[in-house]
Amino acid sequence: MHPAYSVILFTTASGAGYGLLIWLALLGAAGLVAPERGLGAIGFGLALALITVGLLASTFHLGHPERAWRAFSQWRSSWLSREGVMAVVTYAPAGLAAIGWVAFETAGGLWAVAAWAAIACALLTVYCTGMIYASLRTIPQWHQPLVTPLYLVLGLMTGALLTNALLHAFGTPLAGFSWLVIALLLVGLALKGAYWRAIAHAAPSYNAEDATGLGRFGKVRPLDPPHTQPNYVQREMGYHVARKHAQKLQKMAVLLGFLAPLMCTALTFAPSVELGMSAAIAAVLIAGAGMVLERWLFFAQAQHLVTLYYGAETA
Amino acid sequence: MTSLPKSTGKKLGLVIDLDTCVGCQACATSCKEWNTGGYSAPLTDLDPYGPDPHGPWLNRVHSYEAGVGAEGCTVHFPRSCLHCEEPDCVTVCPTGASYKRAEDGIVLVNPETCIGCKLCSWACPYGAREYDESSGVMKKCTLCIDRIYNQNLEPEDRLPACVRACPTGARHFGDIGDPESDVSRLVSDRGGYDLLPEFGYRPVNKYLPPRGRSAAKDTASARAISNAAPLTQSSTADLFFRWADRVLSR
Repeated sequence: MHPAYSVILFTTASGAGYGLLIWLALLGAAGLVAPERGLGAIGFGLALALITVGLLASTFHLGHPERAWRAFSQWRSSWLSREGVMAVVTYAPAGLAAIGWVAFETAGGLWAVAAWAAIACALLTVYCTGMIYASLRTIPQWHQPLVTPLYLVLGLMTGALLTNALLHAFGTPLAGFSWLVIALLLVGLALKGAYWRAIAHAAPSYNAEDATGLGRFGKVRPLDPPHTQPNYVQREMGYHVARKHAQKLQKMAVLLGFLAPLMCTALTFAPSVELGMSAAIAAVLIAGAGMVLERWLFFAQAQHLVTLYYGAETA
Repeated sequence: MTSLPKSTGKKLGLVIDLDTCVGCQACATSCKEWNTGGYSAPLTDLDPYGPDPHGPWLNRVHSYEAGVGAEGCTVHFPRSCLHCEEPDCVTVCPTGASYKRAEDGIVLVNPETCIGCKLCSWACPYGAREYDESSGVMKKCTLCIDRIYNQNLEPEDRLPACVRACPTGARHFGDIGDPESDVSRLVSDRGGYDLLPEFGYRPVNKYLPPRGRSAAKDTASARAISNAAPLTQSSTADLFFRWADRVLSR
């Protein structure tokens, strides 16, 4: 599948934004962090900015962005519509929780109810994002049980890295939270590794003989293409990264997305405040680059069944 | 809207005979010609006279080789929307622009409400939907909805443009849901099949397989080949042109 940069930006930025929203709301509602105005303004502001930038980026690739409002109508059948609805719904409790922190410096009582609602809505939104991909049977590498859990875990992981950096920047680091970040990095790495192993070892679902129904005569090979230049179908769905390149890029994604942030997060236990803060911020930046690469690979390693009509032997 | 109808009154579709299709592209060009002025209008080609011409076509004719040697055959293979009974291209649509008509089963895109998110094209294993960059919406076969019910056309023209254009009669249009229709009989007589039946979209369009070669024909062609001059023996002129080609290629 062609990796559209708008969709890569959307899924990574909004995933991290929802993760940050979830952890801030949780820490405040559970009383683990004092709902201090500066942290609330920067934290919720950054979370909502990432979510909004992501949503706007996702409309960049639309043919008719001005009609995007129509996408809220088909939530009965469409995961994309459900995602749109949940994304908009999430703003209400998230906004309330943010007002509690910033305007009243409180996260208890009814403000906590808003925080828990924001957490539930944010989780549902990311779940819908994952299901958009996981529900597509035409793309075997996406139609995997690990795809939706990965979207959730990677969102929570990048959000936790951001939260940790903010806690350090505001001088209120929590040792327990750094441990949580480490745990999430390990879970994310384990799940992503399992995903890569699953798609590497999965038997192809179909071959060119199935696609054309001509297997009764023997092996099917393209003789003449239907057009001289690539058409939309090939440009959009024909992109596939070479296996040996993918393996190198996977290693880079593991290093940038998981191992380097793990080392940086370990450094946040250092007694020096400056070192802890720098390490937590470095973890965010490096993981961000790693997630962009991970998401690029998610598209580039996905082979659409339609390639069977254009010369792929199996898919 | 994008939920599928429980059942459709008719199942209008195409039956494509791979035995008689000669790959002339008449169906593809007449489809483009009609539909660039019809329901899906326009089907704009970008860079049409430049190095990278591309744009939406609703019908594409591939040519494949299947098998090798005497058992093998060349098959011309038109590919367009199969108007499936349970296609995800309809249910994934977030706006309701992609829909399947309850009355005749035709799958359509409403160009007034399509936002051009392309998700429907991702959901189609048959590559039937092509995005139109110039108008920002998805295009697909309409089964010439603006011909088949068009009272302004002569009755013999109330057929999809591709069917009307086919010079070998390889394309047939009708109600595949009616077991007594001509197309249904053709499907049962000739062993018409679905593309990717295991995938589960239940395509309405059917393909008729190329007929097996008869023994008599094989013998005749074998005799014809053995009577012909051996191909390896080259005439002086051939040798000259081959030499000229080598010299000019330097």
